Amino acid sequence: MLGLPHRFSWLVLSGLLAITGCATTPGGNPLDPFEATNRRVDAFNDSIDHAVLRPVAKTYQDFTPTLLQTTVQNFFGNLRDAWSVVNNGLQLKARETVETGARVAINSTIGLYGLFDVGTPLGLQKYTADFGQTLGYWGMPSGPYVVLPLLGPSTVRDAAALLVDSQGDPWGYINPVASRNQGTVLRLVDKRAQFLGFDDRLNEMVLDKYSFVRDAYLQKRKAQVRRGPPADTDDGQENFDEPGNKKNSNDQ
Amino acid sequence: MRRLSSLLIFSLRAVWGCLTLTGLLAVLPVQAAQQAPDVFMQQLSNELLEVVRKDPAVKAVDLQKLATLVDLRVLPNVNFQRMTASAVGPAWRQATPEQQKRLQEEFKLLLVRSYSGALSQVKDNQTIVVKSFRGNPEDNEVVVRSEIRGGNEPVPLDYRLEKSADAPGGWKIYNFNLLGVWLVDNYRTQFAQEINAKGIDGLIAILAERNKANSRK
Repeated sequence: MLGLPHRFSWLVLSGLLAITGCATTPGGNPLDPFEATNRRVDAFNDSIDHAVLRPVAKTYQDFTPTLLQTTVQNFFGNLRDAWSVVNNGLQLKARETVETGARVAINSTIGLYGLFDVGTPLGLQKYTADFGQTLGYWGMPSGPYVVLPLLGPSTVRDAAALLVDSQGDPWGYINPVASRNQGTVLRLVDKRAQFLGFDDRLNEMVLDKYSFVRDAYLQKRKAQVRRGPPADTDDGQENFDEPGNKKNSNDQ
Repeated sequence: MRRLSSLLIFSLRAVWGCLTLTGLLAVLPVQAAQQAPDVFMQQLSNELLEVVRKDPAVKAVDLQKLATLVDLRVLPNVNFQRMTASAVGPAWRQATPEQQKRLQEEFKLLLVRSYSGALSQVKDNQTIVVKSFRGNPEDNEVVVRSEIRGGNEPVPLDYRLEKSADAPGGWKIYNFNLLGVWLVDNYRTQFAQEINAKGIDGLIAILAERNKANSRK
């Protein structure tokens, strides 16, 4: 999702295959048979984050002018939007495709290669979509939950789809490779900087970050691939405050 | 004589008119209290955004003051008991009333803190657009959908509301969904983990511990 060079994605996939070979933990979330391994990878990611990514992102946020940060976000956001157009199209979502498409067209031209976001003030919103979502939309099940090294929460389906996502990322075709890699690092650091503060908050509000993030990720992906609004389901409606069975007018 | 009777009739009419008027006035607040759910949520959202923009406590990220603000403005419109029950899950029914009370208190502290933190991130250009209600307004439980706009991507924020006679707007929020995630339900797994390991009192203890640690920061 961060649009890494695809050689790196292969590394991730081979790691994934190694993980799927591991033993399962009984009694956990049925979608998380690799919980023990996932927790280890999660801890590894956290330590890398604390040691490298977070301090770098903090420095970037503190010492880079806000305007420049916005420009970086606009630029990479625009590349991401282009791929979202393709995926919205593959999901036959007319409005999302057209609106995000118009946004990319305007931002890439008037917005000077996406450096300026002209689309948002014009009311053109982005609808982010990726290939894992497209696969899910057409009925492919997510498979087990996996925590990818460095990339974090995913599922077998979404991780495999990352290979396609990285092909669909225009930045992957930038030459020379050195500039491409520098850009990728900048993109990653900028992305991380956007979540600074959020992670502290998250740690404050949960007891077990791993299961909270896992359940949230799975819920979110399920909602993203669902046809129709999330409110159409019964999720979040059960009333544990009333003893026994209860009937209400929404049950029908 | 005729004059007297017409005066009498006139005054009777006046009294009757007064009575109907007071009757109307007595009825009016009740009708106003039961708003359409989308209208209610739009008003509540606007009110809250307005407060968040104007209150210096928000800019200063004064969590204590923000928590008071949430207590005053938000919580009267929330069925917090039901929310806590959702987070705890089936074990809620086994908890004693005293345990339920403690769970509510600690969960409230935990949520209000993070919610206040989220409020302090609200930017001036952000608005909340409530989508027009498509359900049956006669239902006791409804879903209202909204979007936070102003960032470059609209953030979906949906609410589940139940009819409530003692709420200011006639509705109380009992669950909400941010970005496709029912946040209250998302607590259920980790709460169940604690309950399985150390019982309901164990969960209360660990929540209290977390809140204490948070308030020291």
